[in-house]
Amino acid sequence: MQSATARAERGEGQPAAGRKFGGEILKVDGISLSFGGVKALSDVSFSIREHEIFAIIGPNGAGKSSMLNVINGFYHPQQGTVTYKGVTRRDVDPHDAARNGIARTFQNIALFKGMSTLDNVMTGRILKMRRGILWQALYWGPAQREEIEHRAFVERIIDFLEIQAIRKTPVGRLPYGLQKRVELARALAMEPDLLLLDEPMAGMNVEEKEDMCRFILDVNEQFGTTIALIEHDMGVVMDISDRVVVLDYGRKIADGTPDVVRGDKAVIDAYLGVAH
Amino acid sequence: MLYREAGQFKTSYEADQSIFPIMQDRWGIAAILAFAFLAMPFLASEYFFRAVMIPFLILALAAIGLNLLVGYCGQISLGTGAFMAVGAYAAYNFAIRVPELPHLVTLLLAGGVAAVVGLLFGIPSLRIKGLYLAAATLAAQFFIDWLFSRVKWFTNYTPSGSVAAPQLNIFGWVPDAPSEKYLLCLGFVTVFALVAKNLVRSRIGRSWMAIRDMDIAAEIIGIRPMHAKLSAFAISSFIVGVAGALWGFVHLGSWEPLAFSIDRSFSLLFMVILGGLGSILGCFLGAAFITLVPIFLNQVLPELGIKLDTATVSHLEFMIFGALIVVFLIAEPHGMARLWQVGKEKLRIWPFPH
Ligand SMILES: Nc1ncnc2c1ncn2[C@@H]1O[C@H](COP(=O)(O)OP(=O)(O)OP(=O)(O)O)[C@@H](O)[C@H]1O
Ligand SMILES: [Mg+2]
Repeated sequence: MQSATARAERGEGQPAAGRKFGGEILKVDGISLSFGGVKALSDVSFSIREHEIFAIIGPNGAGKSSMLNVINGFYHPQQGTVTYKGVTRRDVDPHDAARNGIARTFQNIALFKGMSTLDNVMTGRILKMRRGILWQALYWGPAQREEIEHRAFVERIIDFLEIQAIRKTPVGRLPYGLQKRVELARALAMEPDLLLLDEPMAGMNVEEKEDMCRFILDVNEQFGTTIALIEHDMGVVMDISDRVVVLDYGRKIADGTPDVVRGDKAVIDAYLGVAH
Repeated sequence: MLYREAGQFKTSYEADQSIFPIMQDRWGIAAILAFAFLAMPFLASEYFFRAVMIPFLILALAAIGLNLLVGYCGQISLGTGAFMAVGAYAAYNFAIRVPELPHLVTLLLAGGVAAVVGLLFGIPSLRIKGLYLAAATLAAQFFIDWLFSRVKWFTNYTPSGSVAAPQLNIFGWVPDAPSEKYLLCLGFVTVFALVAKNLVRSRIGRSWMAIRDMDIAAEIIGIRPMHAKLSAFAISSFIVGVAGALWGFVHLGSWEPLAFSIDRSFSLLFMVILGGLGSILGCFLGAAFITLVPIFLNQVLPELGIKLDTATVSHLEFMIFGALIVVFLIAEPHGMARLWQVGKEKLRIWPFPH
């Protein structure tokens, strides 16, 4: 991939010129989470700025997915707080998170298997639809106009992600790479401000990965969406992210631009499996 | 005419989202409706209306209600018979206690009562799934059976416990001939099939299916499971309740609590599974199948020279349904409706399958 050029554009240790970030959109502070005896996260803090692409990396079982689950209210940490758009909470409610513009995809694809691609993406619009049950039962006038309006929006996302050909296909029949793309489409249909992607490129071939990278960069650039992603492919991470946080055994061991993190001793040790 | 969509380009999302996007299907359904409303009343015999068409239509209506819950929202229910009973007894009590109500309102109110009861018995679904939910709805069935046979108020203190429904009068129209009863049922089924289809292609239908397919993911895109599940229970029970009221008032005329027993619940579940979970068309196929098999065994076999006594016939019925359910669940979980769809897809590209 075009890592050399991308990095060159970005300069050493600095965000690339021309990339503008806003204030802090999300801050996690002192998060500790355990399941019975297993400590998934201990005292993790970091913050994500508006419009940035933020990567969470770390070896298997480091607590990366758990971190995303805390952010969108799926897991409730025993300690610490999550501050999103200036509102600080311990327990985030997944429904509130969705309503306030947090969308996500899952490590093990979580699509609605019995529905078509189009219907799956349309579910992303559910929070934006207003007509009541009686209107929907009639499917007429304002109700039909609303459906068509949202269909048009969804079609733009379908075009954007180049999945026109599989619009009417039940997602259960799609190959893995395309399912990941449909899941991204569903998240984008929510018009999120913060998009959480859990290993969006896992299990893909090189070509599919390049496509996915391009989509992520385009989403970030065209819609200004803040993106937090988990990824194991270091090439990809170093390439597309503005900042990286590294977790190991539930603890934060490093935090900074890709170049700073890459040179960090603790990170190198963690990845090479040096005994603690 | 060939079954093709070639040349039928959809130029708007409106056209693409219509119920029957392919022209041949639109003509087909128009022809069926025209035949059912205009020709059938003059063609069929009284027996055919009473033994075949009326039960078929009412059961199809109940199956539509049940399919919204089971096929679209993924919540199992073994209490359909009881929700039909609630509709029938509610209609009966409204009709005799508030006789000044127009009967059309009475029937819809009966659906409303069934919706409230269905919603209450749907509350356990917020906590439990699958087998446990099945057991909870089974409890609803037994409780409601008990209620109508023990609490005499519901049956207006008739000594035998059986009730006789007053003759329906729909704004001056008295459907007492079998062909008129048939038209009444056909009207209800047509309207509710359309309503059901509209719901499942709207936001609420998509949130039901999302809950069915993956409730965790549904929650993170902002669907409230409580909202989706309880609305499915309520709307499903509404339709089932109206079907129950029609079953009592139009098909049976007078009935005992046993008319809506657990057997009814199971046979409706069979219809939905055989016809196709998550398909409105499947409700009609399933209901037709369940209505026609006993008639076939009772009438057609003897004419072919095969004599069976009634006990054998009813056993045979259960064996056929049982075997088919196993076959469908293993081979084609989406039922007869999917077979039909696959057939159509083949026809669309015939004779050049590649
Ligand atoms: N729901 C849960 N119940 C019990 N333990 C859990 C649960 N979720 C996560 N864990 C544990 O928490 C730890 C961190 O898991 P997590 O899935 O967050 O890791 P990860 O960094 O995403 O790993 P991977 O790279 O393999 O996806 C693991 O030890 C895991 O077993
Ligand atoms: Mg993970």
